[in-house]
Amino acid sequence: MRRLRDGRTLLLGLVALLLIAPVLPSWLLFLLTIAFAKGLVVLGVVLLLRGDLVSFGHGLYYAGGAYAIGIALKDGFPVRDALVLVALGTLVATLLAAVVGVFIARYRGIFFGMLSTAFTMILYSLLLKLRWLSGGTDGIPVRASTYLGIETSADTVRLVQYYFVLALTAAAVYVVYRVAASPLGYLMRAIYDNEIRVEYMGASVHRAIYRTYVLAGALGGLGGALAAVTVGHISPDMAYWTVSGEFVFVALFGGLGSVFAPLVGSVVFELVRNYAFKLSPYTWQMLLGGVLLAIILFAPGGLWSLFERLAARHAGEPEPPAPAPAEQR
Amino acid sequence: MDQVTIVVLNGVLFASYLFLVSAGLTFIYGVMRILNVAHGSLYGLGAYMGAWLVLRIWPGGTGPLPPWWSYLVLLAGGVLVGVTVGPLLERLFIRRVADRGEVIPLILTFALFLILEDVMKLVWGVNPYLADMPYSMLGSLSLAGVSYPIYQLLLPLVALAAAGLLWFVVKRTLFGKLIVSVIADREVSAAMGIDVPRMYTFAFTLGAVLAAVGGAFIAPMSSVVPGISIEVIILAFAVTTIGGLGSVPGAAIGAVLVGLLRAIAIQGWPELDLFVVYAFMALVLLLKPQGLFGALEVRRI
Repeated sequence: MRRLRDGRTLLLGLVALLLIAPVLPSWLLFLLTIAFAKGLVVLGVVLLLRGDLVSFGHGLYYAGGAYAIGIALKDGFPVRDALVLVALGTLVATLLAAVVGVFIARYRGIFFGMLSTAFTMILYSLLLKLRWLSGGTDGIPVRASTYLGIETSADTVRLVQYYFVLALTAAAVYVVYRVAASPLGYLMRAIYDNEIRVEYMGASVHRAIYRTYVLAGALGGLGGALAAVTVGHISPDMAYWTVSGEFVFVALFGGLGSVFAPLVGSVVFELVRNYAFKLSPYTWQMLLGGVLLAIILFAPGGLWSLFERLAARHAGEPEPPAPAPAEQR
Repeated sequence: MDQVTIVVLNGVLFASYLFLVSAGLTFIYGVMRILNVAHGSLYGLGAYMGAWLVLRIWPGGTGPLPPWWSYLVLLAGGVLVGVTVGPLLERLFIRRVADRGEVIPLILTFALFLILEDVMKLVWGVNPYLADMPYSMLGSLSLAGVSYPIYQLLLPLVALAAAGLLWFVVKRTLFGKLIVSVIADREVSAAMGIDVPRMYTFAFTLGAVLAAVGGAFIAPMSSVVPGISIEVIILAFAVTTIGGLGSVPGAAIGAVLVGLLRAIAIQGWPELDLFVVYAFMALVLLLKPQGLFGALEVRRI
């Protein structure tokens, strides 16, 4: 949603991601694939945060999309191509968001956050206890046999998954990019500033928030479905509130200034977590908390704003003002 | 008949536990309009401190001091955690985001929560602490044909004492009067010469003490392990939203309702024990978003 020049840079970035993949080790491919999938969930959280709505329960759609696939496969769903499975998961999550959205779109601030938390915890408690449906704490295996009709072997599966997830992520980000630049996107920013004035101008705040919520839910479902297919196993933890908290964390970490920021944030986050967890398993949460504190107190625009400021300085332009979200009130 | 007794006893026990963790949370929200995720960490710190002190002074159940002193030690451990960690968090971090709406402080306290999770692991390790001496030395009692540990009958008294303390502080002390005026209108209170930031520190500390003391007294009933804060805070959220954020009587009613509901569920449909809590929370939020006892707020243009 920023200038066209960014679009060209990012297209180059996408090509680089396509070309570099074959030489990457399989653990890094896996990490990046998961980071893209989770980045989509974070993108959904960011869309809502731009309207000052904090979805402290986006795990509802992350787990919902994943479990739609898991339960369907367990009950003998005939098709095992990843694209069909992911479409199924996304569809179920979107329908779920369309229903939940009817209720939740009326709420703001703390109440919106609390209600999202309540919904994801309801799903968590059901997934945990209804063993006949969800397999309980053991979870369910999710195995796709083909990706867009492509058969995989143990050697190629990570690479095929990487391309598969990258393609869908790029498509989803493009859709969100267009939405953010559409009247709906601008309306959400206006709602952030003052929703009652938006109402006075004749726009429907409720409808804008509802549509954004459904889109955010669809992104959550898509991310969850992609993660499920990539990991090959799902468990109720996906719906636990701390997972949703992590999505909010990555959203602020990446920054709200661009639709690409969540993906950059997600990749950096997964890399940092990977190393921090290996180096010191008992202090990595402390590291996360410290970074989050530093962002809130010193860099409200997140990673993306630092990147923009650096780029502007490099080009000799005046520094852009820090993006408004998460700061003014 | 036994079933009813068990449900009532368990319900009351669970309600006491819930009230102890929710009272401070809702009080802090009422005064400062901050939903404090780190409240769960204060509970955890209190539990660790209480269990550690008891195990230190009475290793293996015997020690230099008479065993009943352990209750004082639990109380002291909780208060110590509350009065040190509470003001520290408020002064160093929460104060800096107090004017940035409701969402940013929520996320800030989530960051503090993450940090304190690991602080507990660093200070006390990851092995469970089982300090059950204060619990087991009281034995059990037969109530309507059901054998029931006496310690679990005393916990409601601790919860009542906490409620009484809050009531006394707010209704019968100068600090309480000042707090009420700060809740009503922060700017006018400041203009009248009330040191509002100091009131915030006091209120936050009082809430922190309640959480930590709650943790210390609940510690003897089960092992203290890493991650106890995570489950507690989400339950406290449920209780406070049901009762109405910012309302202490609301938290009490919410605790009793959730406690009984969960006791009934555990007795009748054990697979639904968590489900009923969050479904009830969602239902209350949908029908009455301000909670059963929350005051309606006027939106400002």
